[in-house]
Amino acid sequence: MSTTPTTITTIGRFRTGSLARRIGIAAIVVYCLVPFYWMVVSSLRRPADQFSNSPLPAPVSFDNYAAAFDARNGFGRALLNSLVVAGATTALTLVVAIFVGYALARLHFRGKTLILTLIIAASMFPPITLVVPLLRLFTDAGWINTYQAMIVPSMSFALPLAVWNLTAFFRQMPAELEKAAQVDGCTPAQAFRKVVLPLAAPGIFTTAILVFICAWNEFLIAVSVVNDRQMMTANVIVSLFTGQYKYDQPFGTQMAAGVVVTLPLVVAVLFFQRRIVDGLTAGGLK
Amino acid sequence: MSVLSQGRARRDTGSRPPRTSRRAGTGRLAAALLSPTLLVLGLVVGYPVLAAFRLSFVVSSESIDSQTGFKVTTTSYGLDNYEAVFTGERFLRPWWNTTSFALVSVAIEVLIGVAMALVMHRAFRGRALVRAAILVPWAIPTAISGLLWKWIFNSQGVANELLGAKVLWSSEGFQAWLSVVIADTWKTAPFIGLLVLAGLQIIPGELYEAARVDGASPWRAFWRITLPLVRPALVVAVLFRLLDVLRMFDLVYVLVGPRKHSVETLSMVAFEEMSNLRFGTAAAYATVLFLYIAAVAFAFVKLFGADLIGRGTRSSQ
Repeated sequence: MSTTPTTITTIGRFRTGSLARRIGIAAIVVYCLVPFYWMVVSSLRRPADQFSNSPLPAPVSFDNYAAAFDARNGFGRALLNSLVVAGATTALTLVVAIFVGYALARLHFRGKTLILTLIIAASMFPPITLVVPLLRLFTDAGWINTYQAMIVPSMSFALPLAVWNLTAFFRQMPAELEKAAQVDGCTPAQAFRKVVLPLAAPGIFTTAILVFICAWNEFLIAVSVVNDRQMMTANVIVSLFTGQYKYDQPFGTQMAAGVVVTLPLVVAVLFFQRRIVDGLTAGGLK
Repeated sequence: MSVLSQGRARRDTGSRPPRTSRRAGTGRLAAALLSPTLLVLGLVVGYPVLAAFRLSFVVSSESIDSQTGFKVTTTSYGLDNYEAVFTGERFLRPWWNTTSFALVSVAIEVLIGVAMALVMHRAFRGRALVRAAILVPWAIPTAISGLLWKWIFNSQGVANELLGAKVLWSSEGFQAWLSVVIADTWKTAPFIGLLVLAGLQIIPGELYEAARVDGASPWRAFWRITLPLVRPALVVAVLFRLLDVLRMFDLVYVLVGPRKHSVETLSMVAFEEMSNLRFGTAAAYATVLFLYIAAVAFAFVKLFGADLIGRGTRSSQ
């Protein structure tokens, strides 16, 4: 007899609990996506409707996208520049970070803590402290308006993140792998190349996504070491778009360009969300 | 061979004869594997930090050579740049802006982030989709999100329409400061949520089971179980966020713009000094900011015991 009311309250509590949870989850999704949705909606309005605040664009128009790619803006070229800088940063960072990650995870040598401390400390310097002397250095070296002037500093921002992630990943792999390879007659270097590297591909891929996003988002270096529109990255050039008249900021065009710059990342996030979350949380917990 | 630590030697006791050659190989391998990274970091972090420090003491003065009539620049070392920083009008306010952004944004982000993590904890349908949604603000480039919020906070924008008010957000004053806090919170609270969620998921369910059996309320369980156990993850997340906000540049630069008294950060002042080719004062501002951030990081680690290095070297086996 007495069990019936208890069961009912339990079910009742369960239901309200799950309802509250659903509302909470809906709130999170709305919180995260509404501003992004607003960027997409604003980009799809006709330029004449720019200041309409209706939740849906009516009529839908791609004029803002056409305006963003207008030759005057140099946006296409800027996208290419971003791709070159972020791509090269990712490739180079991975190559050097894989070495360090492996060495820190597996090899036993003196000064390991010091090296890890140095690498983590490197990520804590404010970029502005680095930019001031780098600008002078690059001016003397004739590196102003070059890709390498953006790639090399970007690498230093991405390296600590990459080393952190890869160290955590290599450490998860059973040490018996290399032992077995060495028993079979491999040198440590061969064991690394032929056994460890192919098996570490998922971890390397995750790190590559994180580093690419980090490099794609870089702004301070790109805005400091480049003053030629031909060499500017997409982030910088979008913030410099000018309207038909000098003082009216072309928000519609900027939102369209913003969507174009962000879309590759949003697609990557949709496809690889699991890996990205694992990568982001790996360093923090293991 | 001397680069090897005791650990390896102990482990290899079983295979005595080949040990020496393998040890040497491992040592050389370690050096070879580490050198490219140390080279890059030395070039783009080590050198600039030292150079900025040196540069901040360089005082250059221009005068006219009385004999030739040409302009000559003489350089010497002194504290003039620091004097200019600390006695100038652009130190206290940018310092306060930097600090208040860090304190307020990070506090709000932690509250929202922890709330998000608690909601997302436990399996539910559509989890992958929610996780993707939560990564969107994080993935949008800061400069682009600055533009997006500038548009939202436009005088004729959607924020004013929703509020039914005419606030001039991105001009000056408290509302400009607030717009930066809102934009920064939007972008990074979900990120803290993710880190806390990962921390929550390693708490064994039996702990809550036991707490319930002992008659603890959910509220008490949160304070006594959840919070202490996610603390390590949270402390690291907060430290990284603090360091990040203290050097904030691009969001404010794009959202409100340069030379705005009420939102200008120390990074922005240094950037502007640099743009005006006053490298000495720029380096002094940058050095002051760096020392400030280092002091905050040190104090934070001492107070909350963020374990950054230990976890990295601790062997998992």
